[in-house]
Amino acid sequence: MSADHHPEAIKKQVSLYWKVFGALTIGTIITVAIANVHLGILLGIAVALVVALVKGSLVAGYFMHLFHEVKWIYGVLLLTAVFFVVLIALVMWTTADQQGRHSGTFAVPQRHVEPHHATEAAEAH
Amino acid sequence: MSADIVIPYNDTDRPDTGLYNAKLGVWLFLASEVMLFGALFSTYILLRVGAVKWEHGADILNIPLATLNTMVLIGSSVTMVLSWAALKAKNFPRYRLCMGLTFLAGIGFLIIKTIEYKAKFEHGLSPATSTFMAIYFTMTGLHALHVIGGMIVNGYLLGPGAKMWHTEPRRFTNRIEVAGLYWHFVDLVWIFLFPTLYLLPGKGM
Repeated sequence: MSADHHPEAIKKQVSLYWKVFGALTIGTIITVAIANVHLGILLGIAVALVVALVKGSLVAGYFMHLFHEVKWIYGVLLLTAVFFVVLIALVMWTTADQQGRHSGTFAVPQRHVEPHHATEAAEAH
Repeated sequence: MSADIVIPYNDTDRPDTGLYNAKLGVWLFLASEVMLFGALFSTYILLRVGAVKWEHGADILNIPLATLNTMVLIGSSVTMVLSWAALKAKNFPRYRLCMGLTFLAGIGFLIIKTIEYKAKFEHGLSPATSTFMAIYFTMTGLHALHVIGGMIVNGYLLGPGAKMWHTEPRRFTNRIEVAGLYWHFVDLVWIFLFPTLYLLPGKGM
């Protein structure tokens, strides 16, 4: 974070915080307004997440001063981001790997198995 | 053992990291918190994608109250960062005002959440009602616990902990900064929880 303690610099920073608050308020209004428009499931989720990401970036960037941090913090967050993506990706792949699902975002066509083949396979085991 | 052990780098930056110790410590703690909430968000995805039917939050949850709570929490984030800026400007009374408002906003958030929970239970909606309600109570409940945790820290820094300002002002300012990092993180989590639980469309209903 900037170590500038000059009264004018602090005044400028305070003014910036209020502007960010204004932007977050507008973002919240947009989030609620968009939810009332029927965009469909995927587009609805995408738009809601984009607005949340923008709001989250404002909080992290300005209130948590992430836009002016040192590389150690970025390193910690990069490592966290990698693990977070892996965590989410594992869930996505696990879900997508389900055979025979007829519905859902990650639906996979059911593999056709002849009944008597299935019985033979069960007996072999 | 001497009682005068001085812990280094609690008000000055370490030369190797460029940070005072508490700041790096809190960021590492927040990284673990990202994984905690990340696990719950991935659970939400898994349950939602695997479900044949999923409720539209707006049909059963109170959007105006949740929107109000969002604004309360965002407002508290502003007052929190302003309390830190007040200390940077060496304005202790303003710090007290801003930190007091942050604490009050935390109480306000919890009161609104309690009203919301009470209404749900009165309408027979509990974690046992459906998968959606189970994940709703789990995620918002854990978040509320984080708000309470932040309020305990903020309350201490507003009350007895504020004495440090008169003896070690720089160290106290750093404490407010790291307490603020945690509080903003709690705000950040709510920014994602709000649309995820309250606003995303349902399916199969």
